[in-house]
Amino acid sequence: MSFELFVQYLVNGVALGSLYALVAIGYTIIYGVVNLMNMAHGEFFMVAAFLAMWGVNKLPLPWYVAYAISTVITVLLGLFVEKVAYRPLRKVKVSSFIGAISVSFLLQNLFVVLFTSRSKQFPHPEFLDEVLHFGNVSIPVVNIVIVIVSAGMFLILSYIVSKTKMGRAMRAVSKDLEAAQLMGINPDRVISFSFILSTTFAAVGAFMYCSKFPYVDPFTGAIPGLKAFIGAVMGGIGSIPGALVGGFTLGLSEIMLVGFLPTMTSYRDIFAYLILILFLLFRPGGIFNVKIREEKV
Amino acid sequence: MEKKQLKTILSLVSVAVILFFSFWAEDHLDSYQIRLLYMWGIYVIFVASFNLVYGYTGQFSMGHAGLAAVGAYTVSLLILSPEAKQLSFFIAPPIWPISVVQWPFLPSLILAGVLTAIVGFLIGAPALRLRGDYLLIATLGFSEIIRLLLCNMPSICNGAMGLKGIPHHANLTWVAGLAIFTVFVVKRLVDSSYGRAMRCVKEDEIAAEAVGVNLFYHKILAFVISSFFVGIGGALFAEVLGTIDPNTFKPYLTYAVMIMAVLGGVESLTGGIIAAAVYTVMSELLRVVETPRTFFSLEYPGIPGLRMLVFAVMLLLLILFARKGLMGDREFSWDWLLSKVQRDTKGGQES
Amino acid sequence: MSVLNVDNLTMRFGGLVAVSEFNLELEKGEIVGLIGPNGSGKTTVFNTVTGFYMPTEGNIFLDGTEITGLKPDKVTSFGLARIFQNSRVFRNLTVFDNVMIGYHLRLHSNPLAAIARTPGYVKQETEAKEKTLALLEGLGLVEYVDERAGSLPYGLQRKLEVARALATKPKVLLLDEPATGMSAEETTEMIDFILQVREDFDLTIFLIEHHMQVVMGICHRIVVLNYGKTIANGTPDSIKNNPKVIQAYLGAD
Repeated sequence: MSFELFVQYLVNGVALGSLYALVAIGYTIIYGVVNLMNMAHGEFFMVAAFLAMWGVNKLPLPWYVAYAISTVITVLLGLFVEKVAYRPLRKVKVSSFIGAISVSFLLQNLFVVLFTSRSKQFPHPEFLDEVLHFGNVSIPVVNIVIVIVSAGMFLILSYIVSKTKMGRAMRAVSKDLEAAQLMGINPDRVISFSFILSTTFAAVGAFMYCSKFPYVDPFTGAIPGLKAFIGAVMGGIGSIPGALVGGFTLGLSEIMLVGFLPTMTSYRDIFAYLILILFLLFRPGGIFNVKIREEKV
Repeated sequence: MEKKQLKTILSLVSVAVILFFSFWAEDHLDSYQIRLLYMWGIYVIFVASFNLVYGYTGQFSMGHAGLAAVGAYTVSLLILSPEAKQLSFFIAPPIWPISVVQWPFLPSLILAGVLTAIVGFLIGAPALRLRGDYLLIATLGFSEIIRLLLCNMPSICNGAMGLKGIPHHANLTWVAGLAIFTVFVVKRLVDSSYGRAMRCVKEDEIAAEAVGVNLFYHKILAFVISSFFVGIGGALFAEVLGTIDPNTFKPYLTYAVMIMAVLGGVESLTGGIIAAAVYTVMSELLRVVETPRTFFSLEYPGIPGLRMLVFAVMLLLLILFARKGLMGDREFSWDWLLSKVQRDTKGGQES
Repeated sequence: MSVLNVDNLTMRFGGLVAVSEFNLELEKGEIVGLIGPNGSGKTTVFNTVTGFYMPTEGNIFLDGTEITGLKPDKVTSFGLARIFQNSRVFRNLTVFDNVMIGYHLRLHSNPLAAIARTPGYVKQETEAKEKTLALLEGLGLVEYVDERAGSLPYGLQRKLEVARALATKPKVLLLDEPATGMSAEETTEMIDFILQVREDFDLTIFLIEHHMQVVMGICHRIVVLNYGKTIANGTPDSIKNNPKVIQAYLGAD
């Protein structure tokens, strides 16, 4: 393939990778702090997109207002779900997973009932649709925005986690819940804060993803959610840099696969699952080799 | 007569009654009702196998959908005639030996079960080494890989187009008989020494190892036997539906089985049977609400998605407030029934 | 030949040396105690010997057969049984099932035979059932046979754990703090219980205990650990007055 074509795929891969990384970080924050795989994360993503869409199309609101309000509502939804569905089940591992899957199906089908499963176009600022050209390589503006926003959010998160009191509390809870409690940390508040962060990442990820791939339906969150999840596991679930690296790598590889082996395109999901299983079996700690909690004898 | 003999006779009589009823129903109930009974029977098989792996051995597997697909496709590819296959296969012609093979029903069914058990072994051997949520994700991953492979192999199974015109051999008596057989085998296994070992694995893996129980062997045993029956269930599924495609076997199927199992009580086969009936009926009632209808020239557009929404809410409520389900870990037994009868008659005599 | 031979056992977790060059030879019929301050590596020794940890260095032999690095269920099948520091009975199973499971590893059958209830399988199950009831009777637990194990008082749960271990027909029994959490009266009962069991079942016993009354009372020999190293090995009398032992427990003065 020509160099320019390679760069083109690279451009797309970097964008998709950044998107997956954003969503993956959302998963990993929750897993790190609560030890829960929030299977409904993709649905928070979807809800944010729908709320923004509804805001712009129905009310109507300017896009930045709709996005902002949608983010707030999605965060509130996340907190609500945590309080009602996850908190009571915190002790029982399998039940909390069943709870998470139920929330996932519930949200998907609730939105099917409310908005039908027909896909609709996601309203976004027009400048994102413009495309810059460098020779034969076209870079959609939205790609640039994606990378900038992702990098920015990651930096903000790093600051929060390493420099703020709440961030330190999050790290303490993720290492040892009981010890953190003994130190006077209120786990419920820390967990709620984690959900706020996680859903914010989901919402922002949704706005950008749907700006790039503008057709939205209640099941739109499922695939990015899954891919991001695999990326998080790949990087080391519970590790924020891991989610960044894992999500990004997965997104980039996916596009490169399509580019270099176009006949294998329909197999890309299979590869994603295979990668997941291989990591689970041989390197459950992921690239960054996060410690897996073992039972004491 | 001795109590044990009485119980055996009661069991045999019940089985005979069920089979007779199924036989009669084939000719006397309308096809809608028969189909409901079919689905109930198939769901019983699915739930009983889930009970075995999760309720009794404690391994939370989300692989049911993929395994059912293996059973369904095996039986379909075997019993469809070569001509039907040539017609159905749209994208690419079927490869040998699929293009020429045609087997009678019973051997196909058995092979479906056996093949699914083998696939179950291949999945279980790596996956069962994982704990809790990792096992879950891995089995879900395998289930989806199976489904996606089926989508992408047009010369083996017609890819995403699926198979249709699957001839209907299994009448209701077959399904009832197989459901009874599944419950029987699972119960026998659970009540045996191996079943006891499985329950110990669920209770406390470390203590179980200390007592000489080989963890992996028993997990795999439960998983493989469970897979066998899931394969049978999947095969019957194909038979009843008449057409299958990979989307029939999306994770929702596994989720539905999970709902039934939790509703009935994951450690109760009786609960599973009851829950399967409840789910089948609710599913139908909700389907009615979902589809557009015309009432006296009033158009009711239907509410699609309501069915799954209701089930999702139901499972959430169950898991939050009634985790043990309807039956918890209790089972129906002749002992229980006889003691109730004796107590009533004694009460009658005393007053 | 000693019944249990632990040869130069070392257990390292990353940079931490939990147990260092541990040696032990248990003769048949002996009762040997393992004591030491908290964190000295006693349970680590147990876990390594019984197969829950793979030793970093060293070998373990049971009656001449090497069992180093075998998985716990295999180790038990060779005749080494244990109870745990925190009671690990199968709480949701009945007392009966808790002991019956001990006979499972000696079952010569297969799942299909079990499902079909072949005469060979049924015979073995019936025998195991009889032995279970006899065992429970002999240990004073038979009246609780259908109770849920988790509902038993703590002292009885400990006894049940021992009964369960005995069902596996061990040659050597490892007891991890059998008398912990017990009153004076219960402790005396436990001592008698251990002695009785050793005699009835022809056992060799290796136990971890903090209760000095138990240790001094029934052990033929005592091994003392501190920070993973063996600091003393001898009769109760010699240990009682050993200055190194006293220092380990009380700290350097």
